[in-house]
Amino acid sequence: MPKLTIDGVQVEVAPNTTILQAAEVAGSEIPRFCYHDRLSIAGNCRMCLVEVEKSPKPVASCAMPVAEGMVVHTKSPRANKARAGVMEFLLINHPLDCPICDQGGECDLQDQAMAYGFDRGRFDENKRSVPDKNMGPLIETSMNRCIHCTRCVRFATEIAGVPELGATGRGEDMEITTYLEKSVASELSGNVVDLCPVGALTSKPYAFNARPWELRKTESIDVLDAVGTNVRVDSRGREVMRVLPRINEDINEEWLADKSRHACDGLRYQRVDRPYVRIAGKLQPATWQEAFDAIAGRIGGVSGDKIAAIAGDLVDVEAMYALKGLMASLGSRNIDCRQDGAALDASVRASYIFNSTIAGIEQADSLLIIGANPRTEAPILNARIRKRFLKGGFKVGVIGEVGDLSYPTMQIGTTADLIAGRKSPEGSKNGMIIVGMGALARPDGAAILAAARKTAEENGLIRDDWNGFNVLHTAAGRVGGLDVGFVPGPGARDVNAILDSATKGEIEVVYLLGADEIDTAKLGKAFVIYQGHHGDRGAHRADVILPGAAYTEKDATYVNTEGRVQRANRAVFPPGEAREDWTIIRALSAVLGKTLPYDSLSQLRAALMGEHPVFTTLDAIQKAEWKPFGKEGSISATPLKSPIANYYMTDPISRNSRTMAQCTEEFVHGRPSSPSVQKTGTHG
Amino acid sequence: MLSDKDRIFTNLYGRHDWRLKGARARGDWDGTKEILAMGPDWIIDEMKRSGLRGRGGAGFPTGLKWSFMPKTESDRPHYLVVNADEGEPGTCKDRDMLRFDPHKLVEGCLIASFAIKAHACYIYIRGEFYNEASNLQAAIDEAYEAGLIGDNACGSGWKFDLYLHRGAGAYVCGEETALIESLEGKKGQPRLKPPFPAGVGLYGCPTTVNNVESIAVAPTILRRGASWFAGIGRPNNVGTKVFCISGHVNKPCNVEEAMSIPLKELIEKHAGGVKGGWDNLQAIIPGGSSVPLLPKSICDTVLMDFDALRDVKSGLGTAAVMVMDKSADVVQCISRLSDFYKHESCGQCTPCREGTGWMARVMRRMMKGEATLEEIDTLEQVTYQVEGHTICALGDAAAWPIQGLIRHFKPELERRIRAYRDAKVRAAAA
Repeated sequence: MPKLTIDGVQVEVAPNTTILQAAEVAGSEIPRFCYHDRLSIAGNCRMCLVEVEKSPKPVASCAMPVAEGMVVHTKSPRANKARAGVMEFLLINHPLDCPICDQGGECDLQDQAMAYGFDRGRFDENKRSVPDKNMGPLIETSMNRCIHCTRCVRFATEIAGVPELGATGRGEDMEITTYLEKSVASELSGNVVDLCPVGALTSKPYAFNARPWELRKTESIDVLDAVGTNVRVDSRGREVMRVLPRINEDINEEWLADKSRHACDGLRYQRVDRPYVRIAGKLQPATWQEAFDAIAGRIGGVSGDKIAAIAGDLVDVEAMYALKGLMASLGSRNIDCRQDGAALDASVRASYIFNSTIAGIEQADSLLIIGANPRTEAPILNARIRKRFLKGGFKVGVIGEVGDLSYPTMQIGTTADLIAGRKSPEGSKNGMIIVGMGALARPDGAAILAAARKTAEENGLIRDDWNGFNVLHTAAGRVGGLDVGFVPGPGARDVNAILDSATKGEIEVVYLLGADEIDTAKLGKAFVIYQGHHGDRGAHRADVILPGAAYTEKDATYVNTEGRVQRANRAVFPPGEAREDWTIIRALSAVLGKTLPYDSLSQLRAALMGEHPVFTTLDAIQKAEWKPFGKEGSISATPLKSPIANYYMTDPISRNSRTMAQCTEEFVHGRPSSPSVQKTGTHG
Repeated sequence: MLSDKDRIFTNLYGRHDWRLKGARARGDWDGTKEILAMGPDWIIDEMKRSGLRGRGGAGFPTGLKWSFMPKTESDRPHYLVVNADEGEPGTCKDRDMLRFDPHKLVEGCLIASFAIKAHACYIYIRGEFYNEASNLQAAIDEAYEAGLIGDNACGSGWKFDLYLHRGAGAYVCGEETALIESLEGKKGQPRLKPPFPAGVGLYGCPTTVNNVESIAVAPTILRRGASWFAGIGRPNNVGTKVFCISGHVNKPCNVEEAMSIPLKELIEKHAGGVKGGWDNLQAIIPGGSSVPLLPKSICDTVLMDFDALRDVKSGLGTAAVMVMDKSADVVQCISRLSDFYKHESCGQCTPCREGTGWMARVMRRMMKGEATLEEIDTLEQVTYQVEGHTICALGDAAAWPIQGLIRHFKPELERRIRAYRDAKVRAAAA
C-alpha cells in the first residue's frame, strides 16, 4: 500500500489508486470536468492538474496512479496557476449565456469559474459557433457550450452500450455529435444530461421550466418499473418539475431510466381530482360522502364471496394492506395483486424475488434469461448486466424473443421447453437465471416456474453463499403485494377467475385499486369501484371513482424486485380532493361499519410490521428461504415474449405523459418529430 | 566533417539500386544471422553502449527504451511499431530512407523486434508517402522471398512478420500513442501516459515505438560496433545524423553528418551557404517546426546536437534546419506554423484545443501589427499556459515557435504594432 503526502496530509491508499482519489481520502477536493468515477478515464479537461514534487510538469491527477513517497500539492500556486490557465481556455469559447442557460445554478463550469476564473477576459477574437444537434425528444443541445469533456460519449459507449455518440473533426472544430443526426436510442439516454458538466446537453422536456434554487427536493423511490430506483423529486408549488436519480450503489448506482425520469409530466394530465359517481350511465362529480354512500348502498347485503378486489402495478404496500383488511372484514378473499395473472407463489418469498440482488449481478459468471427483456423491463438492471459483461468472462443465454440487449447474447430458442435440462456454461460457478413476466404471465406459468427452479437446483445455483434464481418484475407494487399477501385465500378467485365470474355475474362488486392493466370489458355488469390517480382504463369503466394519490404525493412503502423494502416520501400534495390511498380505504371502512383498526400511518405501519415482519427492515436485502414452488405441468410451444411492447408507455402515468408520447413516436414508431428532421418548403 | 567511410545511409540520394541486390552490395543484410545469434541482451546492451538517442525528436536513448520491454513474454505478444509518419514541417529524412534505402529499415525492424522479443512489427507510414510505401512494400516482399524475414528469419529460427500500414494524413498520428490508436483503427488521439506503451501499447500489449532513422541505423551500429558509433560527435550526442536543410540556402539538401557539427559549417559545406551570404541570415529553425527559432547571433556558433541546442533554449528535434534570410517575414513564418498547429491539434485536451486557435489568431494579427503592445505579453503567457499542460507534446510544439519569436524578435513585433497604429492615425488625420 503506497504512502504519499497530499497537501501535507499523509495517506495510505491501495495501489493503482489515482492521485485524485487519494486526494479525496486526504480531504483535498480537486476540480474536474471530464473525470467521472463510473466512466473510463479520459484525462482531457486538464482541470485536475496538480503539482507533484520532482515532476517537471503539472500532472493530471485523475489519470496518474499514486506512487510510494509521492509529495503532491493540490493548492500550490503552481497548481492553481495551471488550473486558472485551463479555466481561461475553457471559457474563451464558452458563451456568456448563463442567464438563459438551463444549467445555471447547477453548472460545474460556473461553480469552478468562481474559484479559478479571472475577473475579465483577455480573448478578443470571435467565439466559436457550433451547430446544435438533434439528439431526440429528451436531450436538448446547445453545442456552443460544450467543453468536450466526452463524458456523454463515454456514457453512451460504456454504460448504455449504444455507441451512437462521438466526436467528429479535430482541434477547435471537434464536435460532439450523434454521427447520423439520429436520436440517442437508449432507455438510459437522459443520464447524459446529468453527466454534462455544462449546459450543452440539457433536458428537453424541462427546458426553461424552473431554476434549481426554486425547487423543493424530496428523496423518494421510483415506481415506473420494479427496480426501485432511488430518486429525488424536484417540485415547485404543487407541481413535480423533474425527477433525478439519487446515488444508491446497491440499486441504480447513479443512473435513472428515461421513463422514470421523464414521465413525470404525466402526473399533470388526466388526473382524477374529485370523486365521481355514475348516475344514469354517466359519471357525475360527487362529494366524498356521496361516493362513499353510493358504495355502501351497493355493497350492503352483498355476500363476501361476491365481492372482489384487484390491486394495480403502482400501488403502495400500505394501501394494499388496508384494502386487504377491508376485504377480509367484508368476508371476501377474492383479492389479487397480479393483474397480468402471473403464476407467482406468494407463500415462498424466494420464488418471487430477485435473489441474486442487482449488485450481486457483478458476482455472477453466467446468465440465462427466460422470457424477459431486461433492457425494456428494467433498464437500470440491464445496465448492471452490461457492467458485468464488460468485465469479461460472462456468457448470457436467452430463451425468448428479445432484441439487442446492449451486450452479446446467445439465442438458445424461444420456447419454454428448452429450460429443462439446461446446463450452466463450462466452469460457471455463480450462474444466474432471470425469469420474466413474459414466462410467468401465461397459462403454463407455474410449470415454467417449476422448470426454472429445477434447472437452478440441478446446476447448483442454490447454495448458502449464492442464490442464482431470480424473478424480474415489471410492476413496482407486485413484490409488496405478494409480501402482504394480497392474493386469493384458499379456494378463492384469482384475477382471471374474478374477471370470468364478473362476466358471468357471479361477482357483483369489484374494487379496482389502481388496476388499469386488466381487460375491463370482462367486468360485465359488476359494480366497479376504481381508486386511483389517473382517468385511465379502470376509471372509464368505474361506477364510483375515488381519487387517490400518485407516488410523488404520498408517504408510502414499496418493495422492489429484489425484495428490498423502501419508503417513498411525499413531494407534493395530491390534486384537488384526492387523498393518500390508505386514508380513503380507512374512511370507507368506517362508512361501511367495518372500521379498520388504525387512525394514522404509523399505526397502520405498526400493524403491518406486526403481521408481516419483512417490513421491519428498510433498504436492505433479506435473504429468503428456499422451498419448493411452482407446479410441474405441460409447457406450451408458444414463444416467450416480454410483456412490454412499448417501453415508454406501461402505466397510467407514462401513458398520460406527453414526453413519453413523443418518445413513442420517435423510438417505437420511428417517426422523428424533431424540427431539424421535419421537411421544409424546399423539400419539394 | 563525416568521412564517407562512416556514412550509414550510402544511398541517401537514390543514385544506386534500392532493391535487395543493391542493398546487399552496400552491406545490408550482412551477418544478420550472426547478430541475432548474439542474443537480445547483447543487442540491447550494445545499443545502450552506442549512445544512440532516438531520432524522432525527443532524443530518448533507444537502447534504454528497448530495455523497458518485459524481459519474458507473457500471454500478451510484444510489438515493435515503426513511426514512419514523418509529418514535421521541414523534415524529409525518413522519406529518403524509405524510398532509397528501405532494406536498412527492414533489417533494423527484424533486429529490433528480436531484441524486444516481438514476432510482429508494424510500420505506420505517412499516407502521403505513396511511392515510399510502394518501395518499402517491395523491399518487404523481397525480404520475405529471400527468407530474411518470415517464419525463419535469416535462418535464425525466429518467426518475424512485418506489416506496412498507411496513415490517413493527421500530423498528430506521429505522436506514438496516437499512432497506436490510429493503428488500432480508432481516431488518432494521444493516450494518457502512464501507462507507457512498453507496458500497455498496441492492442494493450507491450509495444516499442521507434522512429525510422533510429531503427534503420541499428544494423550498421551492431555490425560496426557500439564504440565506432559512440566515437562520432560529442559525449551524450553521438553518432551520425541525417540533417534536412531547407529554406533560403543555395542548395537545399538532406545530408548525413556527424552529430555536433557547427550549424554554420553544416550550411556552408553542404547547402551551399545562405542566399546572399552568411551575413544575410535572419534566423534559423534548427530542428523542425516544433522548436524555437534562433537568431543569427546564436547561429554563428551553435553546435547541432541535443544538448547544445537545448542550452540555447531550442532543440535538435528532427534536425530539420529551416533557414530564413533577411527577405523572410519571420512573423509570418511563425504565424504560418501556428496555423498549422491549430489545424493539426486533435482537439482532445483543453489547452491545446483552445490555445492553438487563440495563438494562431493573435499571430495573424501580429503579422500585420493589428494588436496592442500588451498583447505580446498576453500571447507569451498563453503559450506558457499551453506548454506542459497537455496530454501530448503537440501543445508544447505549438507554443515553442511563438516563445522563440517573442524571445528573439520582440522589437520587430513592437515595431509592427506601432507602425500599424501610426498608419491608422495618419489615415484618420488625412
